[in-house]
Amino acid sequence: MKKILAFAAIGICFALQTATADAAKMLQIKGSDTLINLVQRLAEVYMEENPGKYIAVTGGGSGTGVAAMINNKCDIANSSRLMKPKELKLAADNGVTAHRVVIAMDGLSVITNPSLGVDKLTVDQIGALFRGEITNWKDIGGPDRKVTLYGRQSNSGTYVYFQDYILKGDYSQKMNRMNGNAQIVEGVKADPGGIGYVGVGYVKEANGLTVVSVAAKAGAEYASPLNSADVKSGKYPIARPLNQYINGNPTGAVREFLEYELSPAGQRVVEEEGFFPIPQEYKEYNKKAGL
Amino acid sequence: MTDKLVHGFFFVNGMISVVVLLGIFALLVYTSFPAFQEVNIWEFLTGKTWNPTSYYKAVYGIVPMLVSTFMVTIGALVIAIPLGIGTAAYLSDVASPRKREIIKPIVEILAGIPSVVVGFLGIVVVGPVIAKVFGLPNGLNALNGSVLLAVMALPTIISISEDALNNVPKSYDHASLALGASKWQTVVKVKLPAAMSGIIAACMLGMGRAIGETMTVLMATGCAPAMPDSIMGSVRTLTSSIAIELGEVAYNTTHYYALFALGLVLFILTFVINLISDLVLHKYEKVNR
Repeated sequence: MKKILAFAAIGICFALQTATADAAKMLQIKGSDTLINLVQRLAEVYMEENPGKYIAVTGGGSGTGVAAMINNKCDIANSSRLMKPKELKLAADNGVTAHRVVIAMDGLSVITNPSLGVDKLTVDQIGALFRGEITNWKDIGGPDRKVTLYGRQSNSGTYVYFQDYILKGDYSQKMNRMNGNAQIVEGVKADPGGIGYVGVGYVKEANGLTVVSVAAKAGAEYASPLNSADVKSGKYPIARPLNQYINGNPTGAVREFLEYELSPAGQRVVEEEGFFPIPQEYKEYNKKAGL
Repeated sequence: MTDKLVHGFFFVNGMISVVVLLGIFALLVYTSFPAFQEVNIWEFLTGKTWNPTSYYKAVYGIVPMLVSTFMVTIGALVIAIPLGIGTAAYLSDVASPRKREIIKPIVEILAGIPSVVVGFLGIVVVGPVIAKVFGLPNGLNALNGSVLLAVMALPTIISISEDALNNVPKSYDHASLALGASKWQTVVKVKLPAAMSGIIAACMLGMGRAIGETMTVLMATGCAPAMPDSIMGSVRTLTSSIAIELGEVAYNTTHYYALFALGLVLFILTFVINLISDLVLHKYEKVNR
């Protein structure tokens, strides 16, 4: 018995030792819930092709990633929004120079329950819905049914992006604050009056949802986030860049992984996951950051 | 000499938890204090809107969260107390020793289920059932939270109530039965009243458990910050607000301090509840001595 225990103890010691050794060279990526599936997939493919490299990708929302970057607790922060000037300053105070790299484009998708038959909305209408000014679907040509809003919690970059660019005001206090994109999808699917917003990667294969076509204003043409040409050309009005933040100029393992993400192979993974490759303007932007 | 050392050792151990408690309280007071330099304390306690990430102006009012917390907790107690006392009476007076040997560990295992698992069940099982039964568009509401918290408070209520019932002197039983009372009459008219203060304490402790629970309500109640309109509406408790917002808040801002103030309110609530249950328990001990 004692012998077994001793062996077990030795085994545990070894396990711990290798674990800490791995942690030392393991790349830590943290943040956006919109980006997590994509970056996890990128990391998996990358690790398959480069044995001996280790990358850990965790979520928590863009706010969590940005906070980790400010406190120098991660190598790469995923963020579906830009860092605020205040946050950049906080980072600088901690000796962190946050550099932004754009790794993919997202057509932020508005989804509704199919039973509503609502598949076209203008940006103004979406804003009014989420501000809580429209509470019944009949006001915008749907059936006489109460609107149930599904949004994210305030640690989400999508929450902030949507507030700044679409709502330009406060979210309805009645909006359900869900824990992640997947929960919004589930909520809208089950709720006959449901509307929500999620990254396009979450609706690519989702059945039982209507992905709304959006027009920039009344009278303008409607465009769908599922049509990659419309997202790339900017015809889809709520297309946004998905970012990663790094500390200073990328070197070593961080640089290698970023280069992979931006390579044609990496961008193919981006498309497989339902997002869109980076357009020319952001390629130029990344070049300026040295990538 | 060794006697003194041993005495000192236990004294230090006992003191540690007291020091930790005082330390937590002091930290909460100290960290929440700056919030009230910018937020009027009266508005904080009576405001009906909580929106620190507002597009216009941050507002801090905790009334909707207090209402939500009490709504979910009272709902949980309404479900858990009858069930809990019933189970406790069954275990102490009706069940055969063999059945008790099986049921008691099961109740104890119930206490060990992680709250995130209970919350998950709330999303995939309890929510859809509630939506169907009541014809609602979704099941993310206070009722869902209450059902889940009832499940989580049950083990506490059952164990302590059962102890209280077992502590009723056997002579009470014998006297009652000797007077010709039936088993049912003995349990309801003699044992339950005799154990009442213990049972009340059990319920208060169950309530403390329900108020402090975070993950379950965070997942199952929708978390809309508006003032809840009914038990079928989305609610957001004190605990889930802290959990949602503390992850992203910039340190040393008013919002950050306000979250600690929420923690302080929660601490005081649970402290008062535990204090009351303690007082009741003491009364009960004296009666039986």
